[in-house]
Amino acid sequence: MNTEHTRRSFFVAAMILACVLPFLLSNFRLFQFTQAYIYAIALLGLNLLTGYNGQISLGHGAFFAIGGYVAAILMDRWGVPYALTLPIAAIVCLAAGFLFGLPALRLEGLYLALATFALAIAVPQILKYFERWTGGSQGIVLIKPAAPFGLRLTADQWLYFLTLAILLATFWIGGNLLRGRVGRAIVAIRDNPIAAQAMGINTSVVKAVTFGVSAALTGLAGALSAVVVAYVAPDSYNFLLSIILLIGIVIGGLASISGAIYGAFFIQFVPNFAQDISKAAPWAIFGVFLIVFMIAMPTGIAGAIALIRNRLARRRVPETAPATHRPGMQATP
Amino acid sequence: MDIFIQQVVSGLATGSIYAALALALVMIYEATDVVNFAQGEMAMFATYIAWSLINAGVPYWPAFFGTLAIAFFGGLVVQRVVIRPVANAPILTVVIVTIGLLVIFNSMAGWIFSYVQKPFPSPFPKEPVRLGSVVLGSHDLGQIGVTMLVLSCIWVFFRFTPLGLAMRAAAQNPLSSRLAGIRVGWMLALGWALAAMFGAVAGMMVAPVLFLDPNMMAGVQIYAFAAATLGGFTSPVGAVIGGLVVGVVENLVGTYVSFIGTELKFSVALALIIVVLLVRPSGLFGRATVKRV
Amino acid sequence: MRHVRRFLALAALLAAPVLAQTPGVTPTEIKVGNLNPYSGPASAYGTIGKSIGAYFKMINDQGGINGRKIDYISYDDSYSPPKAVEMARKLVEQDQVALIFQSLGTPSNTAIHKYMNQMKVPQLFVATGASKWNDPKHFPWTMGWQPNYQTEGSIYARHILATVKDPKIGILFQNDDYGKDYLKGFEDGLGDKKSLIVMKQSYEVTDPTVDSQIVNLKNSGANVFFNITTPKFAAQAIKKAHDLGWTPVHYLNNVSNSTASVLKPAGLEASKGLITALYGKEVTDPQWKNDKGYQDWVAWMKKYYPDGSTQDNFNAYGYSVAMTLVQVFKQCGNDLSRENIMRQAANLKNLELPMLLPGIKINTSPDDFAPIEQEQLARFNGEIWEVFGDVVASTH
Repeated sequence: MNTEHTRRSFFVAAMILACVLPFLLSNFRLFQFTQAYIYAIALLGLNLLTGYNGQISLGHGAFFAIGGYVAAILMDRWGVPYALTLPIAAIVCLAAGFLFGLPALRLEGLYLALATFALAIAVPQILKYFERWTGGSQGIVLIKPAAPFGLRLTADQWLYFLTLAILLATFWIGGNLLRGRVGRAIVAIRDNPIAAQAMGINTSVVKAVTFGVSAALTGLAGALSAVVVAYVAPDSYNFLLSIILLIGIVIGGLASISGAIYGAFFIQFVPNFAQDISKAAPWAIFGVFLIVFMIAMPTGIAGAIALIRNRLARRRVPETAPATHRPGMQATP
Repeated sequence: MDIFIQQVVSGLATGSIYAALALALVMIYEATDVVNFAQGEMAMFATYIAWSLINAGVPYWPAFFGTLAIAFFGGLVVQRVVIRPVANAPILTVVIVTIGLLVIFNSMAGWIFSYVQKPFPSPFPKEPVRLGSVVLGSHDLGQIGVTMLVLSCIWVFFRFTPLGLAMRAAAQNPLSSRLAGIRVGWMLALGWALAAMFGAVAGMMVAPVLFLDPNMMAGVQIYAFAAATLGGFTSPVGAVIGGLVVGVVENLVGTYVSFIGTELKFSVALALIIVVLLVRPSGLFGRATVKRV
Repeated sequence: MRHVRRFLALAALLAAPVLAQTPGVTPTEIKVGNLNPYSGPASAYGTIGKSIGAYFKMINDQGGINGRKIDYISYDDSYSPPKAVEMARKLVEQDQVALIFQSLGTPSNTAIHKYMNQMKVPQLFVATGASKWNDPKHFPWTMGWQPNYQTEGSIYARHILATVKDPKIGILFQNDDYGKDYLKGFEDGLGDKKSLIVMKQSYEVTDPTVDSQIVNLKNSGANVFFNITTPKFAAQAIKKAHDLGWTPVHYLNNVSNSTASVLKPAGLEASKGLITALYGKEVTDPQWKNDKGYQDWVAWMKKYYPDGSTQDNFNAYGYSVAMTLVQVFKQCGNDLSRENIMRQAANLKNLELPMLLPGIKINTSPDDFAPIEQEQLARFNGEIWEVFGDVVASTH
């Protein structure tokens, strides 16, 4: 009861801060925050599949790319208004994810990871091949949208609010889903697929649909990214992107909604920070960060926070109360 | 016909490059149940150590074996210092740690040795071997030979030696292994050490062909993963055959399937692997995991 | 402290109309921004950014330009367009640089192209050989520097048409905008004789070798070979062609003509007869050993960039392009507004630099935003790159 209250007030405070930020920060910082929010949406998608459902995907960069290019091609070739490209991109990726999820049913753990990795690597090549549609290596240059309805906002402020709104919407929907029956089915499949099947869950359908929804979310993020950066090119979507997304969910915390946000901020800001420390070998510093984080917080930032909260909660509860074992949504080894 | 044979031969040569690194990957997986994303970079770094030795005047073979020893200890140290703290963490956590290692090794190599590519000597004769109109690089032949040698060593080690058995047990079932008296911690460390050593062999074999630079193994690593996946991560033989198959198929597809040509041949190779996986989900030679209800 | 800075930044933004005249400039300092891939797949190019910094350090040690020292701010964009946009915005909006200089890579520069021109910030002397940076009418704030790839490709094409009897051309190219740009220039240079190309083979940077492609090219019966590869693959291609006994007339693109890094590993014998187009002195070519320009460069490397390799042509490239910017600043005098920086950049006349080939001159004008347009063909004779013929100007 108490924790729920603190949680809610924390959330409200964060919301107020997020809404006030655009009037405090420079346009450039807003741009960075917007990118972080976009990552968060992408990570929510990946976390849904890998953290909650246990299907390891090293290829979500592919869906990010598909979302981005769908949006870019719609805007560039057919002049579709950018707001409309977002749901279209999401639907296209839903289908793509579902189609990929079907054969993926056959593959387990490691092999699934590598098959998805193969997808991620193939994407830039395929994008370059279909030059007539994708602009090949040159990519597609887009126009950055201005604030609509004559609102007195800069483009950056408008895109920030738009992204924030979409972030809140997807997290709210995702959160409700995961806390409900669907979420329990998804997690059950991860933890014990055979028992889940015995309980009457159609594991194949759930797994494939989860793949689809996960792809849709990441694709939506990709489309948003295309709009905000105003440029897509195969180089934006190489296999490093898939690896960075994976880093995001693991560092943020698997099977955790807030983890997606922590992870997003990590992958957006820590590489810049590493660069500030050392120009000679910035990636080495980033690698050290990764290792130190993982050793200190094996269950990610969200996991570490939950651990601390549990310890604090245990101290407050009198000794006669039974230790409440929260059916954890935490990833178990 | 000639070009077909030549492409097959070239494919085998390239494939043996993939196979060499794939062996190290499989080795570590068999021994520690971990997929080491940093395997290629560690191999590259070891090759730079060899290069430094040779540059300092050490003759080739002493430098070669010296590097193997250094790689062995390097692998041990990495496992004890970086991997052991996360031994009980979820598997993805360990994956991220290996990714951290990957970027560290890559970045350090670039910083210490610069990005200018360096030639690396080959212990094999320079003149190519000609069979009719088909040309085989002598180094390529030597490399295939060395890969086969390493493969046999690994295979014999895991199958027929008590130490190899102990390592496999430690990786697959640490709890029971401990009860059986196996020192699991050191088995894992040994696994990393051996894999690092084989990685160094792979690096020194491919460097004469690929030229030594910090990104030398980047492409190879991807192919090595593909090869190990195709062959089955639990089978050293599978890794080698997987590598050779990937190399040959890629070349033939690039040559003969004109609408794909060279621009998509990698994607095609990957697509083929996925198709194989659908038929045999644990790879061609992999051990299918049996799930008991 | 950060709050104060933020407030100042806000105030600065509000005072923009007044200060916009000379952002990034004080009586003692000029802020120069730069984007380079210090990490990621293109990190080999990161040394360019470092060498530029080293050159500016030397200039600063010598007292700066007109009493102003250069504050060089270089960020890593990992060769990723979104990162490039982010870092460019940081340079322009947060660090308030006077200009962005030598941003590297076609994708990164394409990503910030519109932004830079909208914000009216010079995107000067970009480090790419793409041809689209010479468009002063539509993009008056963007200027290239090196001879673009299309120019070079067309030079080779014209040479083939003029000197090779009955050519059958085979091409190996890297499957990205660098490779495709060369290819386009080459095909344009052939004009209506494009059908002389009998085979094109591409490769990806992630491919370990190009042996398979060379086999195919030999088999196509080509007697001319246009080799559009980066150094690692160039060495492989030269070696494999030699091993296969294939001896076409072999044109090697400028990016990969390093004697030490490419020709030696491939085999000096195997490299005999290779033709390339040069605009700079190749740093491992023994013919420059006693050349003053080269010796000055080596001395500078030793003092200001000891970590850098004297075998790396990129370090001579960075040196020369930094020198060009210093010349622009000198011409600006005390008016270092962004408009004047562009004006002076478009006003370089017959500028010769010590590490460029003798006879190559930098020229710009308000209609001509391509500083270096000349190249000279050279043939490798087993020891050095021997130039022949005249300095060729581009027709693009």
